Amino acid sequence: MTPGNQTMTTETILKIEHLSMRFGGLMAINDLSFDVKRGDITALIGPNGAGKTTVFNCITGFYKPTMGMITMTQKGGKQYLLERLTDFEITKQAKVARTFQNIRLFSGLTVLENLLVAQHNKLMKASGYTVLGLLGIGGYKAEAEAAIEKARVWLEKADLIDRADDPAGDLPYGAQRRLEIARAMCTDPEVLCLDEPAAGLNPRESLALNTLLKSIRDENGTSLLLIEHDMSVVMEISDHVVVLEYGQKISDGTPDHVKNDPRVIAAYLGVEDDEVEEVIHEELDGSMR
Amino acid sequence: MEYFVQQLLNGLTLGSIYGLVAIGYTMVYGIIGMINFAHGDIFMLGGFAALIVFLILTSFFAGIPVALALLVMLVVAMLVTSLWNWTIERVAYRPLRGSFRLAPLITAIGMSIVLSNFIQVTQGPRNKPVPPLVNDVYHFGSVTVSLKQILIVLVTTILLTAFWYIVNKTPLGRAQRATEQDRKMAALLGVDVDRTISITFIMGAALAAVAGTMYLMYYGVASFNDGFIPGVKAFTAAVLGGIGSLPGAVLGGLLIGLIESLWSAYFSIAYKDVATFAILAFVLIFKPTGILGRPEVEKV
Repeated sequence: MTPGNQTMTTETILKIEHLSMRFGGLMAINDLSFDVKRGDITALIGPNGAGKTTVFNCITGFYKPTMGMITMTQKGGKQYLLERLTDFEITKQAKVARTFQNIRLFSGLTVLENLLVAQHNKLMKASGYTVLGLLGIGGYKAEAEAAIEKARVWLEKADLIDRADDPAGDLPYGAQRRLEIARAMCTDPEVLCLDEPAAGLNPRESLALNTLLKSIRDENGTSLLLIEHDMSVVMEISDHVVVLEYGQKISDGTPDHVKNDPRVIAAYLGVEDDEVEEVIHEELDGSMR
Repeated sequence: MEYFVQQLLNGLTLGSIYGLVAIGYTMVYGIIGMINFAHGDIFMLGGFAALIVFLILTSFFAGIPVALALLVMLVVAMLVTSLWNWTIERVAYRPLRGSFRLAPLITAIGMSIVLSNFIQVTQGPRNKPVPPLVNDVYHFGSVTVSLKQILIVLVTTILLTAFWYIVNKTPLGRAQRATEQDRKMAALLGVDVDRTISITFIMGAALAAVAGTMYLMYYGVASFNDGFIPGVKAFTAAVLGGIGSLPGAVLGGLLIGLIESLWSAYFSIAYKDVATFAILAFVLIFKPTGILGRPEVEKV
């Protein structure tokens, strides 16, 4: 599947409207609106300090936005306003998961246990909040086996099946990244937010990551929203790119569109504002001619 | 030699009780990084609950089998302490979560004072005696083993096994360990962190109730002050074993029990508390992470 050929008729899964986040005198995000379509890989890019991670923190309940609305529409049509939910409800009910820029695995737990924690709610319910599970009553055993099976599937996709019983902290860096994604996927998210998944990966690991992300989109139908600095990853896998600068959206569209947008080029290369104006005028002149 | 074995047995019994209480300290420390100073008083409360149930049972249902009476005492004591510890966490610690580190420590001391004074006011300041429940003793040469001691060690072993299983093999235990390592991340994976912490307090309280009941049975008296010295000794046990480590708490409990009984046997009984607390000081100076504790790794 080549990026960009997906029709824009798909419905919106995550709608961000007029989002603003203020820290004291600093406007980290200023009136930002964009849509994430179902089944797309949407990339959020921009120079350092543009407010990308702040957007993620608003979506996943770390921050309460100063203003704005974040609407999550699930497959069944059920809607959630994410800014009104607390952190664990966002994963449990709204089905939005995320990973972090710095790896946050439970390093003392085994790889398998990391994936099982992500299926906690299902297992807790099946074990009758531990009481029935201890007594061996009810469907706990079947549910536990299903959970392990699901973990196994993800371990295979992430190519970690041989390390299932090792402490997560012992894995090499690239493997920890993949495990984080696998763990997030075990919560059955409809939207997965990835904060710089390719940071610190070597080219080969980065390629494996691309494959994993595409398979998540194509096989699981999960929509991905990712922050990424590695342009080869962004251009290779994303269907839709949103560019931020100083907390505002400066461009929004297919990778090809964004790549050629003079404002994006200016933001990345640091051209003076009047020069941008010039470029834009030239473009306009060119298109009029 | 036989004297030594006898003291070893006594120490083991006492150590089991300390170990059960120490688990409550260590678990709470592990999961939210605070010392629940009210935990010793929860232990004392467990003893009193058992005492009251015992008095009710013997006055209204005279002739009740001892095993049944003990069981009822244990269950009621566990329920009462669980409710108290849950409430304490809810009103005194949870609102302060995310506040500066000393705040919950101070409310913990406050809660400890509230509990011991509450018992002092409602139950009176004098020691409450209980007639011995289990009197059987067995003689092996000159070593005497009482049924009480066997019961205490047995119940402790069973509880610890169950506890080990819950923490290591069940979804609940997994959530507890995950919360302990990264609370925010656990929440982002859908774990209800507040509830997990509440359950941890309840589990700690249940173990303390068992310890309280056995302490009452072993010494035959309960006092509103019991939360203090035995409570702080259990805390010492948790620190000695490595605070945050469950096997450490048990090991620390057993060591403190042994040190206390051997010191009393060979040196001076008047100074047994000095011996215990000297250990607390030495551990804190020379090995603050305790025997089995992990050194705290600075998070980057």
